[in-house]
Amino acid sequence: MNIGETLSRLVETSGFTSMTWQQGVMLVVACVLIYLAIVKKFEPLLLLPIAFGVLLTNLPLSGLMHPEFFVPPDGGAPDYAAVLHSGGLLDYLYLGVKLGIYPSLIFLGIGAMTDFGPLIANPKSLFLGAAAQLGIYCAFILAILLGFMPNAAASIGIIGGADGPTAIFLTSKLAPNLLPAIAIAAYSYMALIPMIQPPIMRLLTTEKERKVKMEQLREVSKTEKILFPIIVTIFCVLLLPSVAPLIGMLMLGNLMKESGVVERLSKTVQNELMNIVTVFLGVTVGATAVGSNFLSLDTIKIIALGLFAFIFSTVGGLLLGKLMCVLTKGKINPLIGSAGVSAVPMAARVSQVEGQKADPTNFLLMHAMGPNVAGVIGSAVAAGFLLAAFGG
Amino acid sequence: MPATTSGVMTTPISITDALLYSVIGMVVVFVCLFMIYLIVKIMSAVYLAVTAKKKAAAPAAEEKPAPSPAPAPNGRAGTYGELKLVDVDERTAAAIMAIVSDETQIPLNELRFKSIRRVEQ
Repeated sequence: MNIGETLSRLVETSGFTSMTWQQGVMLVVACVLIYLAIVKKFEPLLLLPIAFGVLLTNLPLSGLMHPEFFVPPDGGAPDYAAVLHSGGLLDYLYLGVKLGIYPSLIFLGIGAMTDFGPLIANPKSLFLGAAAQLGIYCAFILAILLGFMPNAAASIGIIGGADGPTAIFLTSKLAPNLLPAIAIAAYSYMALIPMIQPPIMRLLTTEKERKVKMEQLREVSKTEKILFPIIVTIFCVLLLPSVAPLIGMLMLGNLMKESGVVERLSKTVQNELMNIVTVFLGVTVGATAVGSNFLSLDTIKIIALGLFAFIFSTVGGLLLGKLMCVLTKGKINPLIGSAGVSAVPMAARVSQVEGQKADPTNFLLMHAMGPNVAGVIGSAVAAGFLLAAFGG
Repeated sequence: MPATTSGVMTTPISITDALLYSVIGMVVVFVCLFMIYLIVKIMSAVYLAVTAKKKAAAPAAEEKPAPSPAPAPNGRAGTYGELKLVDVDERTAAAIMAIVSDETQIPLNELRFKSIRRVEQ
């Protein structure tokens, strides 16, 4: 037995000698993301699994994930036979993303955790949730100007919806090669909402507007809360069938919660199911960030366009909030408009904090929850439109 | 509009088309949420009207004067719904119920008090 030859073979077959510089850079990126998740607490529930997925996929020869099976270099259809025959663990789990299962299940959990009461009590909030989708389309136009194809531009634009599962759902259908960059941008900016939104809110509103106190919301009956998800599902899915997986699951989860007759199921989708799916979704989305694809100029453009989308969505909500403030003769505080960007409940909390900075006795949280949950519906509708327009 | 390849549109579009898509997209979002607004408004109006009707019919039964509680032997007791207070004023009773709720960690609306009586030592 030649020990030298054995050691030499061991070194040759190890990952160290096979590592490319892109993989090395991605390992550093993964460690930075892990740091942000653990130390800075940036959306840790998703960023941590995403970051670890990035780490795993960039370890050479691990064979856990083969993004080329799902997005072949020739641009053809995914090779599911190769996934089944030669796939790794993360390839199998990634099927849940590719087939749109995980984002829909996450919506089921979100629905079970959402209270549409403030929205039903003040349905005008829906307009703020619609206006705050402005960034999606502004970023879409800018992405087209920067040379992206329409499917990619639509996927980039959806970052402005500030809704991670929706962004993943749409991107996995339209531009799966951009999924890691878009998912990381979406979740990073959602975590940075307390830093991104306040300067824009202060810039676009006056001190007087920020001090506006809103009337207490009326109490919403259980019957109304039960009817809401049923009616919205029927209407939205009839109007935009492509939105059925997201709106359907969101409203099913909400109906489970509001009906009160399936408490066990409601608790399961809010906790166990949501947590399990979050792990699978995070790790597999991160695992698509292979160095050779991720380290490109397009990724930098996507990160910049994502920020642009977030800013313009906030601007859209605030501007309509200002208009509604004028039309209602000062009964609506424009600050709640910025909560229309989805990102429940972070954006609503930012409205509350900014309102209290102007007047410590002002409580906007419940008022901001209306546009906030309206934003979830709005971004799902926007995604449905983009899928219908560019998904064929 | 440009053609699509394998379902997903992967051919470039002009900026005019992009603007057009964006305007249509915003209109679709607004129309969809406006329709939900109308539905919620109608639903709330119908529900509030039905509730108001029920409330209008109910007072006839509710407004009947409740039979006055039978006087306690020493003349110092009263009933409050199903709760009977003996030698205890309302404020003290409320405080006792709050303390019991806090100590037992059972919400007040899940507790049922039958009577609160002052015990002479």
